Amino acid sequence: MRLPCPHCGTRDVQEFTYLGDANVKRPGADEMSEAAMTRYVYERDNPAGRQREYWHHSSGCHAWIVVTRDTRTHRIESAEPAKPLVQS
Amino acid sequence: MANATQPFRLPQIGLVDRNAPLTFRFDGQALSGFRGDTLASALLANGARLIGRSFKYHRPRGLLTAGPEEPNGLVELRTGARREPNTRATVAELYDGLEATSQNRWPSLGFDLLSINALFAPALMAGFYYKTFMWPASFWERLYEPAIRRAAGLGRAANAEDPDTYEKAFAFCDILVIGGGPAGLSAALAAGRAGARVILCDDDFALGGRLLSERREIDGLPASQWLARTIAELESFPDIRVMRRTTIFGVYDHGVYGALERVADHVMAPAPHQPRQRAWRIVAKRAILAAGAIERPTVFGGNDTPGVMLAGAVRTYVNRFGVAPGREAAIFTAGDDGWNTARDLAAAGVKIVAVVDSREQVDPNLRTLCEGFGAPLYAGASVFGASGGKSLRRLAIREANGSVRTLACDLLTVSNGWNPTIHLASHQGHRPVWNAAIHAFVAGDLPDGMRVAGSAAGRFSLREALLDGAQLGAEAAQDCGLATKQSAPAPATDPEAVAVAPVSRVAGSRGKAFVDYQNDVTDRDIELAAQEGFRSVEHLKRYTTLGMATDQGKTSNLAGLAIMAELTGKTIAETGVTMFRPPYAPVAIGALAGHHRGQDFRPVRLAPTHQWSKELGAVFVESGLWRRAQYYPQPGENDWLTTVNRETLAVRGGVGVCDVSTLGKIDIQGADALTLLERVYINNWSNLPIGKARYGVMLREDGFVMDDGTASRLGETHFLMTTTTANAVKIMQHLEFCLQVLWPTLDVQIASVSEQWAQMAIAGPRSRDLLRAVIDEEHDISDDAFPYLAARMVSVGGGVEARLFRVSFSGERAYELAVPAGYGDALARALMAAGRPFGVTPYGLEAMGVMRIEKGHVAGGELNGQTTARDLGLARMMSGRKDFIGRVMAGRPALVEPDRPILAGFKPVDRAQRLRAGAHFLGLGRSADLDNDEGYMTSVAYSPNLGHWIGLGLIKRGAERIGERVRAYDPVRNGDVEVEICNALFLDVEGARLRG
Ligand SMILES: [Zn+2]
Repeated sequence: MRLPCPHCGTRDVQEFTYLGDANVKRPGADEMSEAAMTRYVYERDNPAGRQREYWHHSSGCHAWIVVTRDTRTHRIESAEPAKPLVQS
Repeated sequence: MANATQPFRLPQIGLVDRNAPLTFRFDGQALSGFRGDTLASALLANGARLIGRSFKYHRPRGLLTAGPEEPNGLVELRTGARREPNTRATVAELYDGLEATSQNRWPSLGFDLLSINALFAPALMAGFYYKTFMWPASFWERLYEPAIRRAAGLGRAANAEDPDTYEKAFAFCDILVIGGGPAGLSAALAAGRAGARVILCDDDFALGGRLLSERREIDGLPASQWLARTIAELESFPDIRVMRRTTIFGVYDHGVYGALERVADHVMAPAPHQPRQRAWRIVAKRAILAAGAIERPTVFGGNDTPGVMLAGAVRTYVNRFGVAPGREAAIFTAGDDGWNTARDLAAAGVKIVAVVDSREQVDPNLRTLCEGFGAPLYAGASVFGASGGKSLRRLAIREANGSVRTLACDLLTVSNGWNPTIHLASHQGHRPVWNAAIHAFVAGDLPDGMRVAGSAAGRFSLREALLDGAQLGAEAAQDCGLATKQSAPAPATDPEAVAVAPVSRVAGSRGKAFVDYQNDVTDRDIELAAQEGFRSVEHLKRYTTLGMATDQGKTSNLAGLAIMAELTGKTIAETGVTMFRPPYAPVAIGALAGHHRGQDFRPVRLAPTHQWSKELGAVFVESGLWRRAQYYPQPGENDWLTTVNRETLAVRGGVGVCDVSTLGKIDIQGADALTLLERVYINNWSNLPIGKARYGVMLREDGFVMDDGTASRLGETHFLMTTTTANAVKIMQHLEFCLQVLWPTLDVQIASVSEQWAQMAIAGPRSRDLLRAVIDEEHDISDDAFPYLAARMVSVGGGVEARLFRVSFSGERAYELAVPAGYGDALARALMAAGRPFGVTPYGLEAMGVMRIEKGHVAGGELNGQTTARDLGLARMMSGRKDFIGRVMAGRPALVEPDRPILAGFKPVDRAQRLRAGAHFLGLGRSADLDNDEGYMTSVAYSPNLGHWIGLGLIKRGAERIGERVRAYDPVRNGDVEVEICNALFLDVEGARLRG
């Protein structure tokens, strides 16, 4: 597999570390509860198809990126920095 | 040179170099061949027909093919440590001094006692393995399994370490062309002319594919001239890389192709520093699969008799290698292509004794041709039996009218059409589709970027191969954004006929009719599978082992499917086909491993003081990738414990030094640096003054402890975090996740500085005295100026920047002194020199472990991913005034349940007894079962200060049970020791030593 790092260009998958589902969002202070955290820590969709997922370019620029990949074909739709490049 | 020693070598035919004679040995016999031969062609030139014995029945076998699909001609190549079993003689390039041995025979190839297996054939039929498993176990273990292991099998692996080296390499191109036959060559040429970066791989040592084997004309000239001209032009392009002896073995996602280059398989031994093989990962935008086709055998009785060969292979031996595989040849063909073999054999002077064409209607021109051979033509007939044992002697032929005749001959060429070589097109999970017009499977949906050309696409004529190649090569170049010029007209070829009406098996055969030669699967095995209900292709494969040998059924799969289709009254399309998966051909594990073997299996990291430790005679231990000094034995110390005891006592009694550079070090700066620490550690940081260090514990989000270490505040917004050695990379990644994903608005920058700083621990009551002699005078390190947990910039050696931390793992007065990594060695030596008056002692990981257990400090054994801060007695560190990672989940009922195992100390009741980590705790008098399990010992050490073994462990309600006795039960090492539960702090409970 090859992944298009938004900073480094397309690189071999060996340079990356996989984390998983990028749709989960850590509960904010106002919504923090055991139930919310359980969902955040353990509950994952397991789609046969399009999935947004975190990868770390661990042997490259050290950016966490969000890759949109089809789990059936490995087709990569997009890859973007997890941290927006431009922030206010 | 018609050669007395090569009686079957043809004069004046072939591409072998007659001026380069080579000698080789087969089963100890000295033979000769020429450069350009394969082992197979050289063996045939010498008249060898019997090459090996079959897998199950030990039947005599000869060569069936001339290429990588060969199922029979497997030999052990080379000797000693380089001995390689199951090497296909058909692709082993001949070199001077080659040694090969036939395999799977005993005591000799010609006289094989184990062919007696054939008499037990009914027992070895389809489903044999599954059925024997149902027999009584004692039968299987004592009788069948050992006997079968000896009798059935393939070659022997070398029993010494491989002396050769292997490499891994990457390559990138616009267009990868797979196959160097007419289609591949014209594709590469078209793409190259358009300016594309092209890699052309061919598994043969000579480019040309079938052109090397055929007597064909292109543009009115012998094909060899077109070939020479094309290769010369390809090699003139700077951006075309031609890789001979290179097999593409796998197709992976996103245009990644696995290739194996046999760099030095064609010589006796690799040159110095030359790898034997190279495993390539080729990344290509487009690929053109021009892998040609594999001829299919016909299933009839005795079809495995040496001397029965595929027709295309016979043309290869005649036209390319100048070898006649026999003297009197019969032709058995289901189509036009078999006639080409008849023509070429006749032209080479081999007598044609008969042509058996299974088609009733045979073209009049062919009839005329047959008359020219002076041979009878049997149209609508079939060969139903071949016999002769070790070499073909006679055929049984059934004519169209049913009458039977026998025929003497020593060669039968079998032509039954060709199967496109589409394996690579299926590696991404795409199913082949049945093409009734050519009676073969062709590629269906294709991997991204791949196209198929020529025979591999089922377009078997030379004309189509050249056309496809030129067109697809140009299109691929366009896809890569390159403009192609008006394409040159395709070269003209001589007329050719490729019609075929395949015969899957000959009915009413005499003798065993083989479908899969390598796994000894016959048509009867397939009938049995059908009868017993194993009819789907996947069941058929597993039940009969059809297609499961090293050749993966390259010559057998279709015949098996066709017979199953016939038996079940389905079409082949309905029957389907099993998937092709990588690798296309066997790949040695050594090639995949490359340099990663032995001590280079993983990279090794050395501490900055490694050389210094080595000079002191340190014993090193692997710790992750690191080699760390474990202890420093002195003369006369004959066991490690003596040494470790000395080191421990020396630290507690004076001063010791130890390299702690392997700890992870992360520099953290920015306006929100403090906020980051507050969120990742469980404890408070806001009140940490500049110039101070603090111990911290991190949890995972699920509430379990992830890591521990210290962080020091070097400035208002500047911190230095340390992690455990094992988690250095993981914590860096975790912090990056926090900053980039969880809290991207925090104004913090982090950098790993683990490799930038060498760090020495200086521990013991005399540590400050020693430091005083090393640290530049202007820095005050008195206890008032530099108390416990102070952390500041200092300098050493007259101005070398350094960082000093007063932290302690041993429980003694201790410091850690960090200098730029390049000064680490000098610092260690300076500490030793300055410490001589204090009796400074270098100590290793073991002594450090003893001292931390004496002090009840947790480390790897306790930070095992299954413990919470509460389990480790660190609950009071958890701040209630802030949120931090893991806070909520650490409060889950199961994680605060009172019965959870809690950290405690352990001493043997009989102080002379040894403790073992891993032992489980059981109540006294309780039986050793899971219900009575109360926890386990995590770390143990012999404490020279206390004079007995001590341990740390996790036990139910540990904190409430001080003084109670339990069993430490260790059935793995026969350990069963009565222990007393105690405080996890064994020494200096008040901490007086720490503060000095
Ligand atoms: Zn990157």
